Amino acid sequence: MSLPPMLAANPRLDRWVGFEPDGRARIAFGRMEYGQGIGASLAQMAADELDVPFARLRIVPAATGDIPDEGLTVGSMSTEFSGPAIRAACAEVRALFTAAAATRLGCAPADLQVRDGAFLKAGQPTGLDYWALAAEVDLAREATGQATLKTVDQMDIVGQSVPRPDLPSKVFGAAFLHDIALPGMRHARVLRQPGPAAKLQSLDEAAVRRAVPEVDILIDGAFVAFICDAEADAARAHAIAEANVRWTGARQLDPALAEAAALKTLPHETFAAGAPPSETSNRRRVTATYGKPYLSHGSMGPSAGIARFEGGKLTLWTHNQGVYPMRALAARITGLAPDAIEVIHAQGPGCYGHNGADDPPIDAALIAIRRPGPPIRVQWRREDEFAWAPVGTAMLMELSAELDASGRLVDYTAEIWNTAHTGARGTAVAESALPGYVDPGPQPIRLMPDGSRFSGGLLNVIPSYDIETTRTVEHVIFPPPVRTSSLRSLGGAPNTFAGESFVDELAEAAGQDPLAYRLSMVSEPRGRAVLQTLSKMCDWPKRGLPGSGQGLGLGYDRHRGRGGFVACAAEVEIDREVRLVRMWCAADAGLIINPDGARNQIEGGIIMAASWTLKEQVTFGGPGIASTTWDDYPILRFSEVPPIEIELLNTRAARPHGVGELSQGVAMAAIANAVAHALGARVRDLPFTRERIAAALLA
Amino acid sequence: MPLTISFNLNGRPASVEVDETALLLDVLRGDLGLTGARFGCGAGQCGACAVLVDGVSVQSCGVEMGALAGKSVVTVEGLGTPQRPHPLQAAFIELQAGQCGYCLSGILIASAALIDTNPDPDRAQIAHALDGHLCRCGVHNRVIDAVTLAARRMREKAPA
Repeated sequence: MSLPPMLAANPRLDRWVGFEPDGRARIAFGRMEYGQGIGASLAQMAADELDVPFARLRIVPAATGDIPDEGLTVGSMSTEFSGPAIRAACAEVRALFTAAAATRLGCAPADLQVRDGAFLKAGQPTGLDYWALAAEVDLAREATGQATLKTVDQMDIVGQSVPRPDLPSKVFGAAFLHDIALPGMRHARVLRQPGPAAKLQSLDEAAVRRAVPEVDILIDGAFVAFICDAEADAARAHAIAEANVRWTGARQLDPALAEAAALKTLPHETFAAGAPPSETSNRRRVTATYGKPYLSHGSMGPSAGIARFEGGKLTLWTHNQGVYPMRALAARITGLAPDAIEVIHAQGPGCYGHNGADDPPIDAALIAIRRPGPPIRVQWRREDEFAWAPVGTAMLMELSAELDASGRLVDYTAEIWNTAHTGARGTAVAESALPGYVDPGPQPIRLMPDGSRFSGGLLNVIPSYDIETTRTVEHVIFPPPVRTSSLRSLGGAPNTFAGESFVDELAEAAGQDPLAYRLSMVSEPRGRAVLQTLSKMCDWPKRGLPGSGQGLGLGYDRHRGRGGFVACAAEVEIDREVRLVRMWCAADAGLIINPDGARNQIEGGIIMAASWTLKEQVTFGGPGIASTTWDDYPILRFSEVPPIEIELLNTRAARPHGVGELSQGVAMAAIANAVAHALGARVRDLPFTRERIAAALLA
Repeated sequence: MPLTISFNLNGRPASVEVDETALLLDVLRGDLGLTGARFGCGAGQCGACAVLVDGVSVQSCGVEMGALAGKSVVTVEGLGTPQRPHPLQAAFIELQAGQCGYCLSGILIASAALIDTNPDPDRAQIAHALDGHLCRCGVHNRVIDAVTLAARRMREKAPA
């Protein structure tokens, strides 16, 4: 048996598992908890494979050196990819200890069972447990992958809604990196360049010092920071400086570039894949174009970071998506050797992808290296998070389909425009301010280990149906007008919004019911099951006539074409604005590790997607992003959130799939299709503002 | 000029020497080391920093210390502790009404203020009371369920 990739990359068993003198089992994994509940899920898998109660596990806090290197916690992939590694490691540890116990007892390993961490023989205690044997079983060895994993029916803890260990501290007031107060810690704010080419012309330092006499002003090239003992003083110094600074080469970004349609006007590379262009045929052709704007991650807390530089060693505290990538980034930018950098993870606000979290630790590191000794804490302002954190790229999707005489979809072309969805990975906004900075030039697309190119734009670009002939053309814009990087699902959810809106339009062209049309093109039983379950949940057969002001719509896909199956429905009412009445979701994400956690993720994804669909758009102006407050960037509020019903199917399947980004695309599509049903007219550009609803009705 | 400002904090007398224009959120998180009220926007737009002032939920990022003399301030730390949780805190944990949790302090405070004036709020009333509180993870429905559960338990416990 070959090792799971994450175990192959970190083969030493003691990196994953250990037994501590206090009777706990130590579990380490390389995935970051940021409220998605991955800590509980991975620990549940470990507890099952070890036969140790969940309550006796100690999850190692994430820090470089202390946990396996699993890269970034992204892509709804932790359960699916980290899970097998931790399961295989735990199963092997269990087998090694069982063998050691058998030797001691003079019996065969097969004669022994493990219960609550203790070895039983014929159901009777043997006096041996993991802890008693810990001294004689050396886990400083590489995994072989030879141990037998439990089958699903042997798992007890997997499948239980174990409460998240991280949640209690969050309701009692102390939980986040933002709350860490280290002895002697100082606070800093950084003056941001108005565009990566801007140079500092002058700063009225005297004006800043008049307001905040004790401020330490750091200027290196265009990197300007204000350091104080009290955070409020640093904030005040920064505010005074903003009004008393001059830059040259400030960028002026055209507000019109914030629209998806403007992507076509920007320089790009083009990648085509799939079938050759369709021969001219007499089949019926339908085309439509959909747009999705730039979207902010909109984390509730602006990002923060702490750095300390002492004796040539840099220590960073971060709430980002991976401590090892953070170390690599800090090493590249500071020039320090990775060995000289320690990165400690702490809880942060939900990030939903690559938000600003990577940046304040780099700001803090740049300051700390120039001001060695005290820990330096950098707290971004709300405006910084909105303006300088990467955003999710806009997308333009031109879809074209051919239907045969029966209306069946037989040929599908998706031509899309976007910036690279992972483009700003491994960068920090502070870099361009440093002396000697050289623009790295075009690197639009990540080359994957298998040689394929990956921008993130093609995920779910082909709807999840049996379609004979498909082709894609992707135009990847470079440089992007603003920093763009991973936002929950990358191109997946926007593509499903477009593709599933389009499938509804095709059903209409074919004169068929949208659900029946979809079922006629889904042969996969698990896909059919989620659609049929959804139909019952939302009482689809009772769906009314279009154009009544009330609408019911649905969306369906298979996550990334290979993960979970999911279908979502939305009921809406429209009176100038869209009101969400109810939503439903049926999902088969395979083996469910923690049902309550899965529901929480699926529902959260639906609500975020509803917010994207109805409300959100990043606007441009000045040197970059102009939407820098919650007033400029409204998101869905409590009174706008509908009741949501979720049904999980096939939950004891052999394999789990990720649920973190499962539901967004289908939720967007369900709302779009419900809106079209309510209006009797199609809105193809997000967000569905009052103006766009009115325009669709007039068209 | 710094002034000595005395007020009641989480049921105990407190006194700080600060500028009267200093903001309550900064003083709570800085001088007083109470991190439950969170910095979210600094502009009263997100609700993450809400605290009770004389029983009313207010966004502490906009409250100047000069206005607080003699008043009573309750932060999420003052609602309850892990050993003696407030019914709201217990219900939020029980129903796992959170993901990242950054918004929860403010939501707990606003919910406590709501139940104080309306012991039996319905879904619309809870949503209305929390409309100034943003949540990005999408736990709104769980929050509404948890507030409903806590309110019911508090009614059942309260003397008739």
